[in-house]
Amino acid sequence: MKQLLILSGKGGTGKTTIASAFIKLADAKAYADCDVDAPNLHLITGWNAEPEKIDYYGLPKAGINTELCIECNQCRQNCRFDAISIDKKYKVDPFACEGCGVCEAVCPVGAVSLKPAVAGELMLYANEGKVFSTAQLKMGSGTSGMLITEVKKQVKSAAVDAHLAIIDGSPGIGCPVIASLSGVDMVLIVAEPSISGISDMERIINTAAKFGTKTVVCINKYDTNIGNTEKIEEFCKKQGLAFMGRIPFDSGAVKAINNGQTIVDIDCASGTAVKTIYNKTMKLLFEGGGGLRS
Amino acid sequence: MRIAVLSGKGGTGKTLVSVNLAAVAKASTYIDCDVEEPNGHLFFKPKKVQYEEISVKIPKVNNELCNGCRKCVDFCKFNALAYIKNKLIVFDEVCHFCGGCIMLCPEKALTEEEKVIGKVQKGTSDEVTIYTGILNTGEASGIPIIKQLLAEKNLEANKQTFIDCPPGSACIVMESIKDADYCILVAEPTLFGVHNLNMVYELVKLFNKPSGVVLNKCLEEENPAEKFCLEKNIKILGRIPFDTNLGALNSNAEIAVSKNEKYQDMFSSLLKTVTKEVQHETTTNP
Amino acid sequence: MKIVIPVDEKTLESDVCASFGRTPYFLIHDTETKESVFIDNSAAASTGGAGIKAAQTIVDNKANVLLAPRCGENAADVLKSADIKIFKTTSASAKGNIDDFIDGKLSLLDEIHAGFHGQVGN
Repeated sequence: MKQLLILSGKGGTGKTTIASAFIKLADAKAYADCDVDAPNLHLITGWNAEPEKIDYYGLPKAGINTELCIECNQCRQNCRFDAISIDKKYKVDPFACEGCGVCEAVCPVGAVSLKPAVAGELMLYANEGKVFSTAQLKMGSGTSGMLITEVKKQVKSAAVDAHLAIIDGSPGIGCPVIASLSGVDMVLIVAEPSISGISDMERIINTAAKFGTKTVVCINKYDTNIGNTEKIEEFCKKQGLAFMGRIPFDSGAVKAINNGQTIVDIDCASGTAVKTIYNKTMKLLFEGGGGLRS
Repeated sequence: MRIAVLSGKGGTGKTLVSVNLAAVAKASTYIDCDVEEPNGHLFFKPKKVQYEEISVKIPKVNNELCNGCRKCVDFCKFNALAYIKNKLIVFDEVCHFCGGCIMLCPEKALTEEEKVIGKVQKGTSDEVTIYTGILNTGEASGIPIIKQLLAEKNLEANKQTFIDCPPGSACIVMESIKDADYCILVAEPTLFGVHNLNMVYELVKLFNKPSGVVLNKCLEEENPAEKFCLEKNIKILGRIPFDTNLGALNSNAEIAVSKNEKYQDMFSSLLKTVTKEVQHETTTNP
Repeated sequence: MKIVIPVDEKTLESDVCASFGRTPYFLIHDTETKESVFIDNSAAASTGGAGIKAAQTIVDNKANVLLAPRCGENAADVLKSADIKIFKTTSASAKGNIDDFIDGKLSLLDEIHAGFHGQVGN
């Protein structure tokens, strides 16, 4: 099974809009939403059934048994994350707690212990040979890297016959993106022709390069700034990154998305453009080809 | 007055709003907490730039004192230590710098060493003071940088401070809004936008932060984000219409309020509304 | 010598697991006694540093050689310090790879990737 990951660096460039179009065009039997912090793909993939849900346990969190606590302040003094405070009694802030265990180790009376904490929820939609794996990270949680690994594991094990898996990624360059990159065959970067967009695109390309993942680029909303679009295409040429195409800004896209449809479900300019990009991307993914940085 | 600007979803206009509000407020402070992909500085192009490196404390082992008891390896919840062929190896990138191993070593073989993970850039543009947090690529967590960005010394009491937050609602966003007096949520009129607006609204409520929404990229059609605000009784601070000129200026990293009186008026008016809201909130809920 | 290979299931017919750090089990084959045992990989449940812990586990189990499709740099550092060589698997079958290794058909894994450091501050 070939895995295609869609990333952007900057938020709001159109990853989910394009991922959903690709899923529709490929009639993909396996896809996943790795933007576990703010998942959106389920809003336009039209699943009616309820997904199978599993609790995801992240870092354990410390808890203080106030009946045993002698208020010696050792825990608070030694906590590097300012997670322990006094509000009449000693208590741990679960959002600041990193589960390091120092408080548990220094407490002279065993009043502090680490307990497993639910950090999110994994969801799997499955029907008629199609699987969709996604998750929602609980607010304020860290450990998204591991949850993303679970999302991908889920889609891999549930998708028995699929030859293609499309993965909608998250913005940024940190841990969630790094975790999504694991084991994918190709990354499609959705760039936006703004100064911020270019700056962020360069950082994500650097990050993907560190993992040696085959990277290709497309530009969304290209006509909002032709000058910057040309800059991006020039950059791709210089870096040896295959360029998949441009998609115009299209108010039709907003209408489609707000109706819970993909841009290839209706007749619109962005839908037409994405079809070309889809064909080019799939050809490269399955047939390989020269001129790509690997 | 510390005002955090956040959105849940990326690309809704946090930087557009925070940069222009700081610029129109004139003598203000702008803090970019989106340390993975900082963009505000591209608009301000700050001058008189100074850098402060941000480092974390990583354990360092003196192998001569180490007796191989492996107490540290067994204690570390993050698997940052390995004991191979009578040598202790420390893995910086995975270390959470909790200091536990150093504390527990019975032979005092572990000490602390600083490791740079990023920097804070300080500069000025007219009367605005700009602090930008930059995380080095490859580093996983920007929290120590945000802690430094929001340190007391950077927040001058009589100046308005605008905090440009990262997208999402994870730990890094929480860190950015922890000490804010008010939160501006920027929303776009799409299905995805509302879904994420809901998430970030829950977040600010959890932190008991007073908040209001700025509706950005408004079109003529029905706005699902506006509908959401009306349903939940959330204060709508202002509406920025979808405007290709504004978009073009923004895509060229130009500060809209400096380029066009129309935008100056728009953001001045928004600033007035926000200031009034914040004052109202701080007097009724001190 | 002891050959270690990450596997999806606790059987000789199992497929090689695509991940070293987060494999559910390790198969350890002793070429002298011709015996194979399976051990659990506790690192699979870690929120971070899985590669390091998994490597420590196989070092503690006296592995001499690791057969894997890929390996991250942290795990590779641990294995290098322990003088454990890594060979690249070429097929899906765990047993097939062990046989190929014994026949000298496998080559050293030389592309070590930068790892998926799944740690995030809270």
